[in-house]
Amino acid sequence: MIHKKKARQPSSRTLPKSLTGIQGLDEITGGGLPSGRPTLVSGGAGSGKTLFGLEFLVRGATQYGEPGVFMSFEETILDLTKNAASLGFDLGRLVTDKKLFLDHVQISGSEIEETGEYDLDGLFIRIANAVQRVGARRIVLDTIEALFGQLPNPGILRAEIHRLFGWLKEKGLTTVITAERDRPDKLTRHGIEEFVSDCVIVLDHRIREEISTRRLRVVKYRGSTHGTNEYPFLIDEHGISVLPISSLGLDHAAPAERISTGIDRLDGMMGGKGFYRGSSILMSGTSGTGKTSVAAHFVDAACRRGERCLYFAFEESPKQIIRNMRSIGIDLEPWVRKGLLQFHAARPTYGGIEEVLLVTHKQISSFKPSVVVVDPITNLLMVSTLNEVRSMLTRLVDFLKTQQITALFASLTAAGGDLEASEADISSLMDTWLLLKAVEVGGERNRALYVLKSRGMDHSNQIREFVLTSDGLRMLDVYLGPEGVLTGSARMSQEGREKAAGTFRRQQLEGRERELDRKRQIFEARMAMLRAEFEVEEEVIQQGISESKLLDAELLQDRGQMVRSRDADASAYKRAGSAPAARKR
Amino acid sequence: MPTTKAKPPARPRKPTPRKPEVFKLRLYVAGQTPKSIRAFANLKVLCEERLKGRYQIEVIDLLEHPDMARGDQIVAIPTLVIKLPQPVRKIIGDLSNTDRVLVGLALQQVG
Repeated sequence: MIHKKKARQPSSRTLPKSLTGIQGLDEITGGGLPSGRPTLVSGGAGSGKTLFGLEFLVRGATQYGEPGVFMSFEETILDLTKNAASLGFDLGRLVTDKKLFLDHVQISGSEIEETGEYDLDGLFIRIANAVQRVGARRIVLDTIEALFGQLPNPGILRAEIHRLFGWLKEKGLTTVITAERDRPDKLTRHGIEEFVSDCVIVLDHRIREEISTRRLRVVKYRGSTHGTNEYPFLIDEHGISVLPISSLGLDHAAPAERISTGIDRLDGMMGGKGFYRGSSILMSGTSGTGKTSVAAHFVDAACRRGERCLYFAFEESPKQIIRNMRSIGIDLEPWVRKGLLQFHAARPTYGGIEEVLLVTHKQISSFKPSVVVVDPITNLLMVSTLNEVRSMLTRLVDFLKTQQITALFASLTAAGGDLEASEADISSLMDTWLLLKAVEVGGERNRALYVLKSRGMDHSNQIREFVLTSDGLRMLDVYLGPEGVLTGSARMSQEGREKAAGTFRRQQLEGRERELDRKRQIFEARMAMLRAEFEVEEEVIQQGISESKLLDAELLQDRGQMVRSRDADASAYKRAGSAPAARKR
Repeated sequence: MPTTKAKPPARPRKPTPRKPEVFKLRLYVAGQTPKSIRAFANLKVLCEERLKGRYQIEVIDLLEHPDMARGDQIVAIPTLVIKLPQPVRKIIGDLSNTDRVLVGLALQQVG
């Protein structure tokens, strides 16, 4: 991509180019068609040559201030105007504004008798006159080869057409010459490509497996590099859009802002903040794992923040999605009514993968959402090959990233297939990959979710079970068993076991506490008894003591009386009164 | 062919009267090129020989009246447009092939 850009700059200096305004073509050609030179646009019947020419002129007149002349050799002006109206171009107004001149060159071969030498001066004069009327810088000759069927003497005609191209070049008109291609080995029926040496574009309309795709290829571009691939293109009510696969560089901004997934605990699994804004998220899972429900949460959260959401539903109708999401408590309808949420539901089978991509682009460009959901991308595989889907997704992801739109791609994985391998191709484009899976354990199928990767953030490595309740998606606590995460009944029985164990422990604890209480009571009771015994003994002892004291005092008293009665030396007793025990009683 | 009615006695009008038709001819040229001059000369001679007194030739130089090319759908030069008698026919080229010009003017059966 880088060297492509580099190569483009010198070439654009040497070779002036005129922008066509056809979406994507200017990127492939590095700036448009060669200015002031003829370009041959060749293709089979119905390949879009006339519309190519018309859009080239209309864009030139309306966007680049270059009036144009359309010389039609086949369709009448009325038909042209009608056809252009189907692309949203108002030729009538451009004609009255003198930005466009339409001329229908109509010759009926049966009226013509050739009687000698002739030239095409009549045509030259008509063109010159038309060019002068509007001051044209661009001109389209829509199938000039039709003249071969109408005028005699092909030799003269070829020479005259050659002269015409030279003359147009001399006049400095950027010319588109269309030509019918009826054989694959030749670009034009009458070999006029040899007169156009500057730029040749081939349009192709082919049908593969009942699906039509239009393709465009720049076969030759003298003096300029150009994309050489076949590029799919589409014709719809806004004209032609060509989508180059790799013209966008990898230089989009990477915002650090994070946005919620709409599921708290899922945010929690991603550092507590959710996805990066502008990132692309792949969400894969087998059928019935809740992809749409996760998407609905994400959309609901975005709408709550007041952001616009675009939901591409490739499998279900919007009404069906709204109804189904009500069952998990998410009402998307108010968002639709408020204009914050827009559904685009279509089966991709209708029109092929390019159509899908282009429609996606157009919807995104016109609605300007900040969140896009594609549900599911796997349906695209039905209409295309993996390679094409990958290239389409690359382009889509690039486009979304440049617009800083956060995109959630749901992907349906075939049941029984290896979840991670089947989408390895696509997943490398994605920043975050959520895997939803059904965990089959103990005769049950339970839903689990994990973040397989998430660039640039800390994310949980756990597999988390979730259930869809009437209040939305609820993520459950993690129960790890010997065989991984426990889900459903296994989880509940684990919960039960834990509960029982808890009760048991609590009971044990209570029992011990009671025992301690009891022991304390016993201890205290014993203490009280001992104290009581002690008090009893103390009392007895105290009593004994006081009795003996009393006895002592009485004895002394008695002895004194005896002395007095014996008239003994009382004073001697008084002195030795402290040792009466030494004396015999 | 209806055969029920007896053929009316030979219609005598067949060869004779042919109301002298007037030929209204318009020759488109682009400047005084040799081809244009040759074409006009050839036409003049032929008309004098075969249509004396009942022809009109109008020469239009597209360089002077470029708008007129669209009206008669002129692409090739020179082109002779036979406006009358109807139907309108066109003859292109320098009119040097007299036989073919006469066919174009419906003055001679092809053959």
